[in-house]
Amino acid sequence: MLKYVIRRLLVMIPVLLGVTVLITLLINLSPGDPARAALGAQADAQAVANLRQEIGLDQPVYIRYIEWVAGVLQGDLGTSIVTGEPVNQMIMERLPATLELSIVAIAITFVIALPLGVISAVRQYTWMDTGSMVFAIFWLSMPSFWLGLILILLFSVELGITPISGRSGTIFTVEWLSYLALPAFAIGARRAGLLTRLTRSSMLEIINEEYIRTAKGKGIGGRAVIYTHAMKNAMIPIATLVGLQIPMVLSGSVIIEYVFSWPGIGRLLVDSVSRRDYPVVQGIVLVYAVIVLFANLIVDIAYTQFDPRVTYD
Amino acid sequence: MTEPLLAIDDLNVRFRTEDEPVYALNGVDITIEHNEVMGIIGESGCGKSVTALSVLQLLQSPPAEIIGGEIRYKGENLLERSDSEMDEIRGNEISMIYQDPMKALNPVLTIGQQVTEPLLAHRDVTKDEAIDEAIEMLRACGLADAERLVDEYPHSLSGGMRQRVMIAMGLITKPDLLIADEPTTALDVTTQAKILDLLEDISDEFDMSIMYISHNLATVSEVADRITVMYAGTVAERCTMNELFELPLHPYTRKLIESIPKLDTVHERLPAIEGSVPTFNEPPSGCPFASRCPQYIGSACDEVVPQAQPPGEAYDVEAEHTVACHLYTDASSEKPPWTTEEQTHDSAY
Repeated sequence: MLKYVIRRLLVMIPVLLGVTVLITLLINLSPGDPARAALGAQADAQAVANLRQEIGLDQPVYIRYIEWVAGVLQGDLGTSIVTGEPVNQMIMERLPATLELSIVAIAITFVIALPLGVISAVRQYTWMDTGSMVFAIFWLSMPSFWLGLILILLFSVELGITPISGRSGTIFTVEWLSYLALPAFAIGARRAGLLTRLTRSSMLEIINEEYIRTAKGKGIGGRAVIYTHAMKNAMIPIATLVGLQIPMVLSGSVIIEYVFSWPGIGRLLVDSVSRRDYPVVQGIVLVYAVIVLFANLIVDIAYTQFDPRVTYD
Repeated sequence: MTEPLLAIDDLNVRFRTEDEPVYALNGVDITIEHNEVMGIIGESGCGKSVTALSVLQLLQSPPAEIIGGEIRYKGENLLERSDSEMDEIRGNEISMIYQDPMKALNPVLTIGQQVTEPLLAHRDVTKDEAIDEAIEMLRACGLADAERLVDEYPHSLSGGMRQRVMIAMGLITKPDLLIADEPTTALDVTTQAKILDLLEDISDEFDMSIMYISHNLATVSEVADRITVMYAGTVAERCTMNELFELPLHPYTRKLIESIPKLDTVHERLPAIEGSVPTFNEPPSGCPFASRCPQYIGSACDEVVPQAQPPGEAYDVEAEHTVACHLYTDASSEKPPWTTEEQTHDSAY
């Protein structure tokens, strides 16, 4: 197992290198000039050229990339072109907000999807099944940014229950929840729709397995059959989906953070892209890549917990 | 006469499918006495497993529905019990072992967890006590390495070992009735023999009855005291094991016995029964075997459902030997209805 983890960590290195090369190329090939963006459209051409030299933009892309990578290897993501702040600090200030939002969104997904998926499989073709599937399709077909706007309109503007936007500084309080609930639900609802359907289909497949009949034949009761025998098997495909969902949740959070003015790295990313703040964009994309890679490693390790047939050596 | 341990009485099961219903069991009668091994034999698709699963009400419903009959266990009709009331019987007084041990064990739970489950559900024991009993039972079922096995998962065991685990799991609560649904079908021949020996030993040791289901007459004859021959959801014949080979009455039984390959005879081809088991979209109106029967005697076979009854005084069989065939309801027939060996010779030369 340890060997496997080490091997996986080593494989991350080329992946991360590839990600950084791609993102560097992408932002440098896209039109726009950070110096011009910083100084404004009316700025003097000489001033722009001076600023370009000052922040090193007169260097070729590959030189800037190598210098940046050299910095990253020493734990330094560079400084923002626009604000002059260290990128490390900018990300560290905002990362907790993004993680909080993403984790709560995933938690909402689980809390909604697992029970609904299990119920609709166990009570197949009843109104509960139909209801769950209608529910799933309903959320599944709703784009999260639009859902976010509707939620703000309904709960914040019309009903005035929750704040329109922003983040509470507290944690595990009513205030915390009032800020967090809408954006987290906006991200989680769609994932919950997907996961409900997957849970249902994998449970359905499993409850028709012979070992489920064996379990019933032992007289251990319907609940034990579902929870002890079926759920653990159903978790295997569910874990796979969750692994695939983590990047989706992160990318979904970029838009939702913007809609709800959530002070996370997603919003910082959007701002930095529009300001052509290259080092910040590169830094954030790198952080996203690291999170996704680690999340998938954790999911792969979680397999061994659900399925004894999976071993890594 | 005392009440038998299990009495299945006129059991009718129907499967609802998208187009037409399928009548899987059409009036099945089976009795199992205390400490008796009852063999149930018949081709694939003739309702053996459906009968077995009906006893524990483990049929998937829908599509299956029990539309008539009684299943009396110690005098009580199990069909009147609710699903949760059945849980008091399942794995406790009646256990079942299944055809394919590869599929019937949960791949993600340890052997120990699975074997102790019935005990923890039905007896007042701690987990440690249950594990100790599980180890003991696994040993009794011929798994010497039981202490290690309780922590293993099914995928690391061979087919024969898994079937022993299944048997241990069925026996751990010392049930009164063990339903063995083709327990040796998925195993190789040497393992089959060992599992059969094991079943024989334990039925003596634990004073328990076994309902032994198989399509293989050779394996059934190893263990069974009495035998019920099933065909297309009906009982064709019921007799003791000895009489099955000495005096089979139903044409289907006779054909089945002929189909066993014998070492001392050279066959051009292995004798087989032509055709296959019919499925019924409505309850059968005559003898279900009529279309394949070599001794078809006419309209009675198509129009009247034969009832199980003793063959009549012309036949020197035990009193409990019953057969459902019109050859024996026809009072005029005095000779055995099948062609005897002499007659065969006469017509051949």
